[in-house]
Amino acid sequence: MSRWTQKAKNPFHFNTSVALKELTGKKARNLRELVGIIKEVPGSVIYYHTHGFLQRQHSFSPDPPNAFANWVSQTLGEYKLGEELAAIDICEFSTIRELRGKIVQVIENHLFESKESLRYAPPGREFEFIKAHSFVFPTGFTAHNLKEFEMILEKVTIYSIYFHIFEARLRLEKGVNDFSFWMGTSAKAQEVAKKIAALDPYTFNMESLRRKIIDIIRKWCNESN
Amino acid sequence: MKVTDYESIVGKDVVYELGLISKKLKNKKVQCINSTKQGGGVAEILSRVIPLLNDLGVTTTWDVIEAEPEFYNITKAFHNALHGSSVTITQSMFDKFIAIGEGIKKRTNIYGDIVFIHDPQPIMLIDKKSKNKWIWRCHVDVSSPNMEVWEFLKRFIDRYDISVFSSPNFARQLEIPQFLVTPSIDPFSEKNRELTQEEIDGVLEKYEIAKDKPIITQVSRFDYLKDPVGVIEAYRLVKKYVDCQLILAGNRAADDPEMDLVLADIREKKGNDPDIHVLLIEPEKNDLDINAIQRASNVVIQKSIREGFAITVTEALWKEKPVVASAVGGIPQQIRHRHSGLLCHTVGGAALMIRELLNNPEYAKRLGRNGKEHIRRNFLSTRHLRDYLLLFLAIDKTEDIIYL
Repeated sequence: MSRWTQKAKNPFHFNTSVALKELTGKKARNLRELVGIIKEVPGSVIYYHTHGFLQRQHSFSPDPPNAFANWVSQTLGEYKLGEELAAIDICEFSTIRELRGKIVQVIENHLFESKESLRYAPPGREFEFIKAHSFVFPTGFTAHNLKEFEMILEKVTIYSIYFHIFEARLRLEKGVNDFSFWMGTSAKAQEVAKKIAALDPYTFNMESLRRKIIDIIRKWCNESN
Repeated sequence: MKVTDYESIVGKDVVYELGLISKKLKNKKVQCINSTKQGGGVAEILSRVIPLLNDLGVTTTWDVIEAEPEFYNITKAFHNALHGSSVTITQSMFDKFIAIGEGIKKRTNIYGDIVFIHDPQPIMLIDKKSKNKWIWRCHVDVSSPNMEVWEFLKRFIDRYDISVFSSPNFARQLEIPQFLVTPSIDPFSEKNRELTQEEIDGVLEKYEIAKDKPIITQVSRFDYLKDPVGVIEAYRLVKKYVDCQLILAGNRAADDPEMDLVLADIREKKGNDPDIHVLLIEPEKNDLDINAIQRASNVVIQKSIREGFAITVTEALWKEKPVVASAVGGIPQQIRHRHSGLLCHTVGGAALMIRELLNNPEYAKRLGRNGKEHIRRNFLSTRHLRDYLLLFLAIDKTEDIIYL
């Protein structure tokens, strides 16, 4: 039987997630205020400014998926700290709590070591904290084998891919992305699962991530023919 | 227009998802209420979005309040005061607002499961709230309002279920949740639709603009906050190296007493330079002419000192133009420096960036291409529609993750 059409133990149901933004009314003018608010806001706020930033900017070529780094560099002109924040490997963290801790640590270390006085954002350019409400719903597409999976992957929005690669993994505190989990446990495609899990999602924009995943599936399935 | 008409622009997948979300609102009736069916940005948005909501199967109606002219004079003063302009607000104005508001309440029939109130004029209708859900949508820049007017309105706003603002810096202290729905443009509107080369050339001919030199354009009201004099200074710095022309285009706002002063300053600064074109566009020709001028430009500039969202930047990016714009208001949401445009802070910086773009057309093209994609994903009518659908669903849910 072809790898393309081999029936999976369980079908894969494609979901999607879209976000509505809520204003928290909290604003930071300098690094002390920024770190103070980062410590106290709900996880959905941290999520919005890290992974959500990537989702909104996904049409661009690789760039730090992190609104804090962007503001620190572009508005405060703190380029060294901006680079340190940008360098945080968001994929390394499986919970928002850990990610928040890392961001706080980097900013607090900088404040501790810095001998300069605090820089202030000009009026109107404060960091505005926003919260994401995620609406998760089924797309109605279900794959029973890799052929169907590949065809559906061509059809769904980038928000669906985003949901299965990022949101399910981090915000819902799953250790692995949904695609790799299904490939490994249901579709008997461990090699594909490993390759997808090993992709560095931040070095692709969302459309090229979609193409890369499709390429991996095609290559593996066609090897068997 | 039908929602499926947008498939060619945003993709079938995006329109399909709108269909999935709207199914969850099948049995809800949404009643939108504002103060006018024609004229102004609110009426424009509603006339665009309401047919699309109905096309998606979400029953949506649109009612307009009726009041005597005096009421609108008061709400115009409130509007200006909310914008931070110095206008005289008296106790008698508040009293009349309440008195006339009572009449509006009597005359307005409320029947929606979700009542979607736009701006301050119909705000008192909240007194008719029963078991249905109420949203107050603020289209006004309330980042630095007259506090007397704001506090007066806040008494009503706090009784709504949720509120909606257009920009993060409009957020204020309220008892109710504040959602963010950023503005959008309609790719099929007269101001943004594709134009033929003949249409573009026709507009240039009308304003006697030759195509022999690169065109730098700023489209805006003639207002000091848009820094038109700074734009001329930047153009002069560019012209030392690149022979180019500048268009400053805007229309005449009926209620803007400052405009003549600004125009006088611009004309003085322009002097006898034949390559500076100051275009005062007639309101009825505004959309097509602005569209053509933006499309004919080599670089679009928006050197504002203060901004709300800056929809002219959205329009230019959608037309794949390289944009140099000040990093103020909603502009950094639209432009990521050196990815989808260039952000400037000074006249000298703006001039340097314009030169960079004029001398590197491939780079300019890449920025324009990225800018258009960013607008396609985040600032077109379909995203606005999606936000409204989600808002209707979010009204009685407080969770961070909502499973539909």
